[in-house]
Amino acid sequence: MLKLDKCTIANGDFLLNADFEIETGARVAVIGPSGAGKSTLLETIAGFRDLKAGQIYWNGKDLTTLPPGKRPLAMLFQDGNLFPHLTAAQNIALGLRPNGRLSTDEMEMVRSALQRVDLLDMGARKPAELSGGQQSRVALARILVQRREVLLLDEPFAALGPALKAEMLDLVADLVAETKTTLLMVSHDPQDALRITRQTVLVADQIAQAPVATAQLFENPPPSLRDYLG
Amino acid sequence: MKHLAIAAGILTATSAVAADKTQLTVYTYDSFVSDWGPGPKIEEAFEAICDCDLNLVGVEDGAALLSRIRLEGENTEADVVLGLDTNLIATAKETGLFAPHSVTADYALPIKWTDTTFVPYDWGYFAFVHNADASAPANFRELADSDTKIIIQDPRSSTPGLGLLLWVKAAYGDEAPTIWADLADNIVTVTKGWSESYGLFLDGEADMVLSYTTSPAYHLIAEEDPSKAAAAFDEGHYMQIEVAAKLAGSDHPELADQFLDFMVSETFQQIIPTTNWMYPAVTPSSGLPEGFDTLVIPQKALIIDPSEAATKRDQALTEWLSALSQ
Amino acid sequence: MVERTQPINPWPGISAATLVAALILGTLVTVALRAETSGGFAPSDWAALRFTLVQATLSAVFSAVLAIPVARALARRRFRGRRLLITLLGAPFILPVIVAILGLLQVFGRSGWISDVLSIFGLPPVQIYGLHGVVLAHVFFNLPLATRLILQGWQEIPAERFRLAAQLGCNGMAMFRLIELPMLRRVLPGVLAVVFAICLTSFAVALTLGGGPRATTIELAIYQAFTYDFNLGRAALLSALQLALTAAAALAALKFSRGDSFGAGLNRAIRRWDGGTPLLDAIWIIAAATFLLLPLASVAISGVIGLFELPSLVFRAAVTSILVAAASTAILLLLAVPMAVSVATGRHNIVELCGILGLAASPLVIGTGLFILIRPVANPTAVALPVTALVNAVMALPFALRILVPAARDTVERHGRLALSLNMSSRTFFIRVMVLRLRPQIGFAAGLAAALSMGDLGVIALFADAQIATLPLQIYRLMGAYQMQAAAGGALLLLLLSMGVFWILDRGGRWHAEA
Repeated sequence: MLKLDKCTIANGDFLLNADFEIETGARVAVIGPSGAGKSTLLETIAGFRDLKAGQIYWNGKDLTTLPPGKRPLAMLFQDGNLFPHLTAAQNIALGLRPNGRLSTDEMEMVRSALQRVDLLDMGARKPAELSGGQQSRVALARILVQRREVLLLDEPFAALGPALKAEMLDLVADLVAETKTTLLMVSHDPQDALRITRQTVLVADQIAQAPVATAQLFENPPPSLRDYLG
Repeated sequence: MKHLAIAAGILTATSAVAADKTQLTVYTYDSFVSDWGPGPKIEEAFEAICDCDLNLVGVEDGAALLSRIRLEGENTEADVVLGLDTNLIATAKETGLFAPHSVTADYALPIKWTDTTFVPYDWGYFAFVHNADASAPANFRELADSDTKIIIQDPRSSTPGLGLLLWVKAAYGDEAPTIWADLADNIVTVTKGWSESYGLFLDGEADMVLSYTTSPAYHLIAEEDPSKAAAAFDEGHYMQIEVAAKLAGSDHPELADQFLDFMVSETFQQIIPTTNWMYPAVTPSSGLPEGFDTLVIPQKALIIDPSEAATKRDQALTEWLSALSQ
Repeated sequence: MVERTQPINPWPGISAATLVAALILGTLVTVALRAETSGGFAPSDWAALRFTLVQATLSAVFSAVLAIPVARALARRRFRGRRLLITLLGAPFILPVIVAILGLLQVFGRSGWISDVLSIFGLPPVQIYGLHGVVLAHVFFNLPLATRLILQGWQEIPAERFRLAAQLGCNGMAMFRLIELPMLRRVLPGVLAVVFAICLTSFAVALTLGGGPRATTIELAIYQAFTYDFNLGRAALLSALQLALTAAAALAALKFSRGDSFGAGLNRAIRRWDGGTPLLDAIWIIAAATFLLLPLASVAISGVIGLFELPSLVFRAAVTSILVAAASTAILLLLAVPMAVSVATGRHNIVELCGILGLAASPLVIGTGLFILIRPVANPTAVALPVTALVNAVMALPFALRILVPAARDTVERHGRLALSLNMSSRTFFIRVMVLRLRPQIGFAAGLAAALSMGDLGVIALFADAQIATLPLQIYRLMGAYQMQAAAGGALLLLLLSMGVFWILDRGGRWHAEA
């Protein structure tokens, strides 16, 4: 269970409050108007921003002061998810062992991760030699080998076309189901949210609200969401 | 790390010397130790007779040489300092670092040598060098009145530059500031050292350059080029007498004495003219090298007494600066 | 703003900066402590200070202002030989002072090439000696550096910005205001400060081109205090004044150059939509190339004959110089890369300040200070070459930092988050990300350091004995022995070697470097 306990997040003059829990294994969309603080919320959970007040717990363990890499979660950003000077396989390997050489077993894991995202022949290529969709899949393969308990997505597929994006979201859904990972994904498209998440956190008016069922939320949106959906 | 160690080894290993022989360390100016200067021949010749290792250490020029000795003070490595000139003698003596010598020699200097600390090894006259086919002024006043362009060196950073300063002072005394004011429009530029000046002169940047009366000898003897001449000035030419002395704190005083004796010997004096391009302090029995006979011999040798040189120097420098800073 | 968690440890860089500061300030204090008389300023020192400030300011302004159109033209145009030209333009910077003076005056002097041409038309020769001559010479030395630094600024503007501006229908002037002016505001203060600092320590160039004692600089006063007056206190005091002036310039630059960076682009090949007038760009490029290459050509022409008659000793000196340059480059990288990383991770301005001090430190003071410090423990002559390598590295540090810092900052910004989320250690980030991403800049900095070290006389003259000589020292010795032709040959050899090592290292950095 991911618990945000009376959290206040500050970003300059901007403040965002969050006080809610997310069940282990849940798939949650984070939705809200532009500039409401969706990315800020995820970056805070990931440890890239310090809390002004409050605590963050994962299964009862206090994460608040842990550096990003020590938290049991993985995150994909809007861009810059791969090192451009490393090959696809090397990028994935960093998920297993960021600071050393891989054992034979681990190399096999990288191989099977590549296979899982249908890029078995592409391991030796560098990101620049891959298409946008293929780059996203390399990043997902790395998430796969990282085996973190929570996955945070900050619109990593925003630049992809609708069909490709849908394909990536389905792949994400499969992967988190296989590994029983808790998923939080920022989205500005209700269709994305409906496609793979059951619950939604609405971020608006300086508050990140507790998750509610996605389908219900869209059937009966509160005023702030109604304005956003138009 | 290993590579670094190897590199460091290469960088430091170059000056390994034979440690089994007594080492006599002589500080001198850089052009003396250079492979084109007297250094290598002198080292070879002295080591042949002394059963020692002669270690020549080069320091930029005469003034820097004295500064180095003062910097190192009493625990200097040097046994002998070679390359000061008469203008530096008084300051050098004040340090109390130098010991009297016991050298006697039949000097061929235009003046009588009586100093008991410093031994002269060569000498020359400062002069303006020009192309032999061009006419040259006969004195500073004529130079100042002419369109002749000259390049000189800064007295604050160059030995010849300081020589010129004292030359004008010795020749004109209180009139020196007027001479400098009149010369201002003849001076193309003032350089840090002799090399810049001489290089610019050879490139044609000026009609004359401050150097020595012996400079044409280099071109004549080494390059068989008779195209350079030194202008004879009728008010006389300032002399540079280069000297050496033993350090009072030397660990090898006998060897240092032996070196000073060697310095006025035939062997050493024969090497000087065509390597240091100066007159030897003691004329060798074989006479001067062929070509030296063609050189201009000044009518009058000017020199400021070493005891006065320091005060005259500072006064002349102030005059020079104010005349040329207008 | 809260200090963000950083993917890389700034402390190795801070330690390196401390070492550099200790070397520069420690040697200064050593010299001051050794002084027998307490040194006050002499009246003439104030004139020297005034002249130094005037010439350094003018030199910095002219170098930077003229570099703008040249860098802009080079950024906009692609032509055959562009890379070679950019490499060659760096050459004035690395020439030994005495060689550069002779080369410059062979072109601009009273009997130089330009005066020769003028005389054909019955015109009087160029009047080069004076303040304008000093500025001209300093622009000759520093225009290439200013151009490279500004060019780097231009190349860091993401192509997307130009595309956006072009799409908005911005014309050349509007594009300049919108995109290029903010970049210049960020880059120029640093360029001005660096050139100003370099020119502060000018001595032989200022004196010769200035035409006489009017052109007395602080560095000359330091030299005079050392050798003419043997007044170590005054030398140390003047040197401290130089350091203070440089520190002030550097702090001002850091204050004014603060500004938003352009954010990450997607590394598209730079294509420009602000056509401008190709003719004007061509004129700027040709004018700059002519100004910078003519004196080099004269160095080359005077050296050709001598080059084939060089004594073998000169080649041995060349080998020594290459070794010193290699050691110096290694030391430089060990200092500069960690320092650049420190600066990149946050507001470690003091690190950058330590770096720039190397420019203002008088080699004479550093050398003398080291000499005093080393003498009790070792024979200074035995360590002449390592000490020369060290001092050369410190002198090259400011340039290396200017080259490395922007790219290091960019790497931290772009890849820091990912590295943190992967729990990558600081060490791994340094080795697997930073060094690899910085390869082109490291190559450039290494090339510059090696070339500078080759060409600089440095402190070797204070330490060396007859057996040890670097190539610049041997060139000075040849000149001192009337052997001007051989010296010119040596200078050409030095020029070729310096450009060669620069080219190899700069190219090596780019070899197979990916976007």
